[in-house]
Amino acid sequence: MNSITSVESIRVPPEPTRSRGVWVTAWRRLKSDRVGVVSLAIVVAFALLVLLSFVGLVAGDWQKEVAVPDAPPTFMGPQAVQTGTDPLANVVSKDAKPVDLTDIDPLAPKYEEWKARAAKIQIADTPRADTLPFGADRLGRDVLDKAIKGAEVSIFVGLFAALLATVIGTILGALSGYIGGKVGDFLEWVYNVFTSIPDILLIFAFAAVLGRGITTVILILGLVGWTGMYRLVRAEYIKHHNREYVRAAEAIGTSHLSRMFVHILPNVSHVVLVRMSLYVVGFIKAEVILSFLGLGVPVDQVSWGTMLSEAQAELVLGHWWQLAAATIFMATFVTAFSLFTDALRDALDPKLR
Amino acid sequence: MSDSIRNLVSVRDLHVSFRLGKHKIAEAVRGISFDVPENSTVALVGESGSGKSVSAMAIVQLLPENAIVGPTSRIEFDGRNVLTASDSELRAIRGNDISVVFQEPMTSLNPVFTVGWQIAEVLKLHTDLTGRALNDRIIQLLNEVGIPEPKARVDAYPHELSGGQQQRVMIAMAIACEPKLLIADEPTTALDVTVQRQILELIAGLQTKHRMSVLFISHDLGLVGEIADHVVVMREGTVRESGPVDQIFGAPQDAYTKALLLCRPRLDVKPRRLPVIDDFMRNQGVAQIVLQSRQSRPQEGTPLVEAKGLRKEYRLKTGLFEHKTIEAVKEASFNLYPGRTLGVVGESGSGKTTVGMMLMRLTPATKGQVFYNGVDLLTLSDRQMMEYRRKIQIIFQNPYASLNPRFTVGQILTEPMKIHSIGASDQERFSLAVALARRVGLDDDSVHKYPHEFSGGQRQRIAIARCLSMKPDVLICDESVSALDVSVQATVLNLLLDLQDEFGMTYIFISHDLAVVKYMADDMLVMNQGAIVERGNADAIYAAPQNEYTQKLMNAIPRGYAGPSASLQALAASET
Repeated sequence: MNSITSVESIRVPPEPTRSRGVWVTAWRRLKSDRVGVVSLAIVVAFALLVLLSFVGLVAGDWQKEVAVPDAPPTFMGPQAVQTGTDPLANVVSKDAKPVDLTDIDPLAPKYEEWKARAAKIQIADTPRADTLPFGADRLGRDVLDKAIKGAEVSIFVGLFAALLATVIGTILGALSGYIGGKVGDFLEWVYNVFTSIPDILLIFAFAAVLGRGITTVILILGLVGWTGMYRLVRAEYIKHHNREYVRAAEAIGTSHLSRMFVHILPNVSHVVLVRMSLYVVGFIKAEVILSFLGLGVPVDQVSWGTMLSEAQAELVLGHWWQLAAATIFMATFVTAFSLFTDALRDALDPKLR
Repeated sequence: MSDSIRNLVSVRDLHVSFRLGKHKIAEAVRGISFDVPENSTVALVGESGSGKSVSAMAIVQLLPENAIVGPTSRIEFDGRNVLTASDSELRAIRGNDISVVFQEPMTSLNPVFTVGWQIAEVLKLHTDLTGRALNDRIIQLLNEVGIPEPKARVDAYPHELSGGQQQRVMIAMAIACEPKLLIADEPTTALDVTVQRQILELIAGLQTKHRMSVLFISHDLGLVGEIADHVVVMREGTVRESGPVDQIFGAPQDAYTKALLLCRPRLDVKPRRLPVIDDFMRNQGVAQIVLQSRQSRPQEGTPLVEAKGLRKEYRLKTGLFEHKTIEAVKEASFNLYPGRTLGVVGESGSGKTTVGMMLMRLTPATKGQVFYNGVDLLTLSDRQMMEYRRKIQIIFQNPYASLNPRFTVGQILTEPMKIHSIGASDQERFSLAVALARRVGLDDDSVHKYPHEFSGGQRQRIAIARCLSMKPDVLICDESVSALDVSVQATVLNLLLDLQDEFGMTYIFISHDLAVVKYMADDMLVMNQGAIVERGNADAIYAAPQNEYTQKLMNAIPRGYAGPSASLQALAASET
């Protein structure tokens, strides 16, 4: 009888170059997707920018007043305010000679002395730029630097809050959908409690307990936002739990954990990824609202959110460039990120080629 | 059939391709021609992917959006060219002159409307009937397709009807406007044997009564023989052979037709190996293989597996404190002897799958014992069970669903080895996986591919290889070949038999297809509504079924072409 043991003797040298993992194949597929590559490049560029600003190589001195207040972008030329707005210009005649008061001025003898003393004091009056490529805010800070520094905070908050919400939502959803029964009922109850409270109230509650800071914003958004992911993942797990391939995995003796996270999770990963990209987008926007309400990032830091809320007051005066800078940065990143997760989802799906 | 009879449909040089992606085009139908004469039944027969459904759907122009019909193609229906017809003309033809019955009645009917409403919709679109007349017509139609108590059933929702009744409703909708042509696309494939027979008889009856033409699409040549006047055999988008049914069954000219006729397991002979398409295409000596009879291992020693009083109940809540008990399996006791095959037959809902699942503890049994070499598996803890888990393995019905789409074949094959610590290192396991893939007839390359890159038959081979990786003693084949084409079925059955000889495995072969069970099984159980109604030696049961239900099942087996059926053997003999 030619048993399997004799089959063992047919040694086939494994070819490590050919056994490509999921990620290698995914990368290969991603490379052929033009939209995916472009969006990946943009996301990577943003990541680099965030990294550089984090170590202080870029936008490190964003708080310096490098330009005149509300300096417009370069292409608009210097502010028109500089000329012809002196309120006394028409009152004082330019031809009139200054009246000599030396005789009756008791301080007259001191003038020379003061002049000499004043000459000794060095005033380093840094030249303020009239214009900047992206303009300046009302304190004369470079809007471009602010946007870059703001990207650091906003992307950090968006990504980590999304990650937190995804992890909580996926694990609870998987448990609830896979195990079901009493555990499922309990998690459904938790879910219902969380969703029955208005989000903003929940955010206030967490903010009151946790105090202010970037970590708090991440925690708040993550703890409030996981419910949507939970719902989706739970539904997917209920669907996949009885699929034949999971049955087949049970038949060969895999553990529950392996079935939940090795077998089913990759098959529902597209749902998780798409939802997560929506989270990133949503949380970046939520951070804006939180900052606006005074619950977001501290005042000594800047995010796209704080920039947008500052822009509100400036817009009335016609200073639109801070709003534009924050919007362009945010829109570019958010769009690129969504397109990238979309491409990633396609690349990870072996059925789509 | 004389030539003077007018052709209702004539298809000439039909080319259909599908656009896949930007630059890829797949040719599905490559220049086929056939006619459907008035008042007759034409069968399109072929394996999946042969283009038979695409050809039929081209007649009603119900092709997917990415389909391209070749410029030289011509389809004439009743003298009109369908391909150049406008949308409104087509709508008038569809439903009125040509109607279609699909394979899956469960998905073809809209679950949120009553059957009466759905039939009424067709009638309203194509006739002027209203009010009472409309209602009467609906009841008349339901009556005609043999639905009991049609007056009460008008207001029933699709889920309240059985699969067979749903298909009857579909047929009622199809014949509502008395079409000239009825296209039936595998109308009985999703149904049980006994229901399949009834539906076939219904279609045949309606055809003669309304003097309409039927285009019957099927992968099963045997089935077609009972109903068709003309047969068109298709393969890979071309017509291999076409002609009157006597000629196709009596004196097939094409090697492929011969192969299709012979590769299906038959009730009268039990060859060691089923002939497969390749044998014929390569023109090997078929008859020799066919007539060599198979010897099964005698029943000896103690049974390997002993099931005693297995019972499965499901409790359905019907109220706050009330519940209803549904008995999926009432009482199942049987013995499995090493190296033999136990066939389990029954219609859907008979509990045959549940029995297999309970043996493996994939479904917890309500009551009963399963002794494996004297150990009661059902009382073991999960940890103790691990040791036995690999001894009993299962191959599921649907090879498309039973493999994890995110795993490569290599991962699928090495995972069970990892779990059961077979093989010392990952590398050793990998080479074992390659050897297994080779053993079940796959390329060495296949271990790097994903399941979706394989055809149904190949996937079933992967599933078989996964089971083999654990060197099981018992293999449960749960409808394992039911989803496969007849010709692919033969190759998988041959593989299973080879493996049984090679490794001395014991099989439980669960199927609704009696011919397949007859071919594979040594012993047999017949199940009906959760109970085993007949048991014993398979050959004996087939020769003389004792139970009434078994007799009913046996009568429902498609007998194939009713004419010179004996000539099949003559055909095999003439090959030498």
